[in-house]
Amino acid sequence: MKVLVAVKRVVDYNVKVRPNGDGSDVEIANAKMSMNPFDEIAVEEAVRMKEAGTATEAVAISLGEAACQDVVRTALAMGMDRGVLVETDERLEPLTVAKLLAAIVKREQFDLVILGKQAIDDDSNQTGQMLAALLGWPQGTFASHVAVDDDRVQVTRETDTGSQTLSFQLPGVVTSDLRLNEPRYVKLPNIMKAKKKPLEKITPMELDVDISTHLAIIAVAEPTQRSGGIKVADAKELVEKLRNEARVI
Amino acid sequence: MTVLVIAEHNNSELHAATLAAITAATQISDAVNLLIAGNDCSSVAKAAARVQGVSRVLLADAPAYEHQLAENVAPLVVRLAEGHTHLLMPATANGKNLMPRVAALLDVAQLSDIIAIKSTDCFLRPIYAGNVIATVQSKDSLKVVTVRATAFEPANAEGGNAAIDQVETSEDLGLCQWVRDDVTESTRPDLTQAEVVVSGGRGLGSAENFQLLEALADKLGAAIGASRAAVDAGFVSNDLQVGQTGKVVAPKLYIAVGISGAIQHLAGMKESKVIVAVNKDEDAPIFQIADYGIVGDLFDILPALSAELDRSVNRP
Ligand SMILES: Cc1cc2nc3c(=O)[nH]c(=O)nc-3n(C[C@H](O)[C@H](O)[C@H](O)COP(=O)(O)OP(=O)(O)OC[C@H]3O[C@@H](n4cnc5c(N)ncnc54)[C@H](O)[C@@H]3O)c2cc1C
Ligand SMILES: Nc1ncnc2c1ncn2[C@@H]1O[C@H](COP(=O)(O)O)[C@@H](O)[C@H]1O
Repeated sequence: MKVLVAVKRVVDYNVKVRPNGDGSDVEIANAKMSMNPFDEIAVEEAVRMKEAGTATEAVAISLGEAACQDVVRTALAMGMDRGVLVETDERLEPLTVAKLLAAIVKREQFDLVILGKQAIDDDSNQTGQMLAALLGWPQGTFASHVAVDDDRVQVTRETDTGSQTLSFQLPGVVTSDLRLNEPRYVKLPNIMKAKKKPLEKITPMELDVDISTHLAIIAVAEPTQRSGGIKVADAKELVEKLRNEARVI
Repeated sequence: MTVLVIAEHNNSELHAATLAAITAATQISDAVNLLIAGNDCSSVAKAAARVQGVSRVLLADAPAYEHQLAENVAPLVVRLAEGHTHLLMPATANGKNLMPRVAALLDVAQLSDIIAIKSTDCFLRPIYAGNVIATVQSKDSLKVVTVRATAFEPANAEGGNAAIDQVETSEDLGLCQWVRDDVTESTRPDLTQAEVVVSGGRGLGSAENFQLLEALADKLGAAIGASRAAVDAGFVSNDLQVGQTGKVVAPKLYIAVGISGAIQHLAGMKESKVIVAVNKDEDAPIFQIADYGIVGDLFDILPALSAELDRSVNRP
């Protein structure tokens, strides 16, 4: 089984992002960048499949500017075999990313694609489902457990009421939720080794995919801030305030 | 301009999030069709027909739609898309699973989790865990949108009188087999609908200690929520997670107990009307957004709070 994992380079989850001066976009020029946390989980799952012998090859792919190769290298250091960078300076929307991934999948015949359920910058939660649609494949989204048995996959998904278990024949798409696994820390020797692993660069044009946008970001603004409240001394005062001041109980 | 809303339901009842999506739809157009795709779900269609603002109910009743598998439902929605300018679904787990598949099949973008409608092609949506709000315009002639239910008032569930049209259904495509649902049983109100939510974090320390929260929730008729740390530690089930990647809630009263207030948690609850925080760390970020904060040990404060509620109920 050949596995492809999509890893996005995003502003680190600890950074508080703000709009830029003219409110045309977010200000991220000097922000710390990291691999999208859900994608770390996706990588970890693929590496475990390799270690378990269910995956024969595990490939990491990122799409975006040249610096995105950093997160591919991180994925290689975690144990992925090789990397692909689809390089462009244009802003990529989930539909475009899905089309580019579909082109790669068709070129190389992957059996399973694992993505994060959501990129923590655009918070779209779309790409995996779109990729499955474009390929006509089944989708196991928001996965908290994945079991591969020969050419079948059983996926347990987090839902609004608990969980749901699905089963499908490969090829297919899985998107990772937070509780799928706990990603390993990258060890220094592995970072060195990762530098020697192959990383292919390719452009959207070479993949013959139209990357023009469907959405225009007109403006970004800060949300209305809550004004800070007061501290109360004890339970008695709290109940009194909730009842007589806020009138919510 | 006609909007098609795809209903969230469980084959017997319409979920309240659908009512919010209908309100969003009526802000776009007076012509609002509502699709009920499910199995043995005619009771849902009947309830849907009474919702104010719904022009027509489309009922797709077939075994293939029983478990809302996106592989089966997406082609149905694609087939019904013609004649509509917007496809809307609440941003529930089902909505998030289904709508991007629909959008890609139609070769259009999707706008996720919108919180306001500026015009028929321009929408507001939170990005970066709600740190910023983006105004996004769609250039597609058909807009595929998921709607954050807490951002729109629910449409009136009674007073409408829409016709119910049966639409053509399809066989199971066989791409994906449903194995089972493991539903968390609870007698409490739905977390996303409750007027009061009592949430616990890592500070609770164990699953057993969540009983202290249960006692408080009982007195307030509240739903229970949790931070990711509490879910990851196995204190409560995953469907109680509030936040950027869990559920979004906006109750009248949100009580955060032993929760530090990470931005990812705030993303799911900061639109609550009144926020209370209980935390032993006076510098915990949760206090920056709390209307009322108590600094102290939750193991002292929770029992005191329950007792105080009892007392003041007896002495109005
Ligand atoms: C990609 C991503 C997505 C995420 N999505 C979410 C999400 O959807 N929802 C979410 O909640 N988190 C999410 N997180 C996690 C988030 O960043 C925080 O780690 C998490 O919210 C912390 O949970 P907590 O506040 O319960 O734990 P902690 O941060 O450990 O806080 C525990 C608090 O309890 C207090 N405390 C301890 N003991 C007591 C006591 N006896 N009495 C009173 N107070 C006490 C402490 O002072 C502390 O403030 C996400 C993280 C990532 C990276
Ligand atoms: N530019 C990108 N490069 C690599 N992976 C991506 C990119 N955009 C999206 N993805 C993948 O798609 C997932 C969901 O992203 P989104 O649909 O944007 O929330 C991410 O967790 C990644 O796995």
